[in-house]
Amino acid sequence: MGKITNEELLKSISNKFEGQITVVGEPYGLLTLETQSENIIALLSYLKSDPNLQLSYLTDITAIHYPEQEKAIGVIYHLHSLVNNVRVRIKVFIDADNCHIPTATELWNGANWMERETYDFFGVIFDGHPDLRRILNVDDMTAFPMRKEFPLEDPNRVDKKDYFFGR
Amino acid sequence: MQNHPVYTDNDPQGELSTLNLGPTHPATHGVFQNVLQLDGERIVSGVSTIGYIHRAFEKIAEHRPFYQITPLTDRMNYCSSPINNMGWHMTVEKLLGITMPKRVDYLRVIVMELARISDHIICNGVLGVDTGAFTGFLYMMEYREAIYEIYEEVCGSRLTTNIGRIGGFERNFNAIAFNKLRKFLKDFPPVLKEFESLFNRNRIFIDRTKGVACVTAEDALSYSWSGPLLRAAGVDYDVRAMEPYSSYEDFDFEVPVGDNGDVYSRFLVRNEEMKQSLRLIEQALAKLEKEPSDIFHADVPEFYLPPKEDVYTNMEALIYHFKIVMGEIPAPASEVYHAVEGANGELGFYLVSDGGRSPYRLHFRRPSFINYQMYAPMSRGMLLSDAIINMSSLNIIAGELDA
Repeated sequence: MGKITNEELLKSISNKFEGQITVVGEPYGLLTLETQSENIIALLSYLKSDPNLQLSYLTDITAIHYPEQEKAIGVIYHLHSLVNNVRVRIKVFIDADNCHIPTATELWNGANWMERETYDFFGVIFDGHPDLRRILNVDDMTAFPMRKEFPLEDPNRVDKKDYFFGR
Repeated sequence: MQNHPVYTDNDPQGELSTLNLGPTHPATHGVFQNVLQLDGERIVSGVSTIGYIHRAFEKIAEHRPFYQITPLTDRMNYCSSPINNMGWHMTVEKLLGITMPKRVDYLRVIVMELARISDHIICNGVLGVDTGAFTGFLYMMEYREAIYEIYEEVCGSRLTTNIGRIGGFERNFNAIAFNKLRKFLKDFPPVLKEFESLFNRNRIFIDRTKGVACVTAEDALSYSWSGPLLRAAGVDYDVRAMEPYSSYEDFDFEVPVGDNGDVYSRFLVRNEEMKQSLRLIEQALAKLEKEPSDIFHADVPEFYLPPKEDVYTNMEALIYHFKIVMGEIPAPASEVYHAVEGANGELGFYLVSDGGRSPYRLHFRRPSFINYQMYAPMSRGMLLSDAIINMSSLNIIAGELDA
C-alpha cells in the first residue's frame, strides 16, 4: 500500500461531507480542513474507520486563540494514517465565551489527556468527557493561561520595576 | 478542592487502603504522584496527578524569538536533549524553507542517535536497578559519560545541550570529537553485548518482567502510544522510517518490533534500537568521508549568525547579526507540524507563525505525556511491585511529561 495523495484524501472526504468542510490549504504538504463543532465527531469517526483512509492514529489535540476573531478559539486535531502514511489537520473554531465541543474520547482513549490539557490551558469544554479536570495547572486556578489575554508574568510584581535596574 | 475520583470508588467495607505513591519516591525516578487503592498488594484503582514541574514552555515560547526557544526544548526530555534541539531546529527550518547540506544532516544523525543511545542506556539500566540488578546500570552509565563527553566537544555542555543552531551547527566537529566518537563505537558494542548477556536470559529478570504489563497493539494505538513502547506492542511505526527527516532515507537500518508489549519486550526493543543507532552512526561516519569537511551550516546569512570577526568588519554581517539577535528574521505567516522520533516516541512540534518574531502558538506533542496516560488504567489488577517496574519501562521523563 502506497501513500495516498492529499487530492484523493480530500476527494473522499468531500464526497461524504459535502458542504460541511472547507479547505484551509496545504501548508507544507499537510492537508488542513475546517469544520464545525456539530460535525467534528462524525468526521473524525469517518476518518478513523474508513477502510481506504485509515486515519486511525490520533497524533494530537490542541487549541489556539485568536482574540480578534468572532470565533476566537480554534481546536486543532492532527490525525495520521500509519498504513497510508498521510496526515491531516482539522480545525474547529468556537466561541471563546461558550466554548463547547463534543469529546473524542469515545473514539480514542488517548484523547482523554489531550482534551484535559486543552481544557486546562484554553477553557475548551469537551462535552461528554469522562473526567474533565485541570491536568498541569493547579485545581483551584481560575484563568485559562494560554489565552492571549493572560499575561506571561504577574503584572502586580514589584521586583521587576524599572527603577531597580536604573532605568 | 475538587473531588478526587479515587475517593469515590466503591469500598463499603472500608477494606481497601489508599497509598500515595509519590510525588517523590526513590522508585519512580521523577516527580510522579499516583494515588492508588490497594487490596493487599494488588492495585484496585489508581489516579495519576501530573504537573509538578510544569514550567509553561508553550506560553514562554510565545514571547521569545525562535532561536531562544531551543534551550526550552532542552528541558523537556533532558535524557536526550539533542533530539529535542534538532527537532526544533528542523521545525523552524521547515517553516523558513531552508534545506541543509548533506554533511549537516549526517552530523545531526550522529548527534541524535548518540542521544537515543544515552536515553536507552538510562531506561534499560534503571529497569535493571528496579528489578534488583545494580551492576548493569553502573556498567552502562560509564558510556553515557562517554556520550556526554562527545556532546561537550561539539557544543560545550553535557545535559541541557542547546546543541546546533537554526541553519546548522554553531561550530564544526573537531578532531577530538571524532576520536571520541570512534572510541565510543569501538568500546560500547562489547559492553552492550555483556549487558544483554546479564539480563536477556536471566531467570530473575525474566520472572519479574515477562508477561508484566502486556499491552495489545489495539490498546497502544488507541492511547496514541509511539516510540519503543508502541513497537514493543508489535506496531512498526518509526518516524525515521515513515517520514524521513535529516536524510534518514540515505541510511540502512531496521525497526525492531516486539510481540506482546510487556516490560520484557520493551527492554529488548530498546536494546536492539541501541544497536541500530550504532549502525546509523557508523554509516554516517562513512558518509561524512565523502562530504567536504568544512561545511557545518547552510548558506543562509539571514537566519544563521555570522562569525563574530565578520560582525566587526563587514557591514552585511553586522546587519544580519543585529537582525537575528533581535529576532527580526523574515518568517512566513504559516503553520507547520514537524515530528521527529524522540527516544520515547513521536516528538512533534506544531508551530503557528503570524510572521512576527515569536511563534504565535507553539505546541509540543510530548510522547511522555501521551504515553503516561495509560499508566493508571493499566495498573489495575497489577501488583504494586510490577507497577513500579512498569513505570521504569515506560521511561516517563518528568520534564517532558509536564513541559
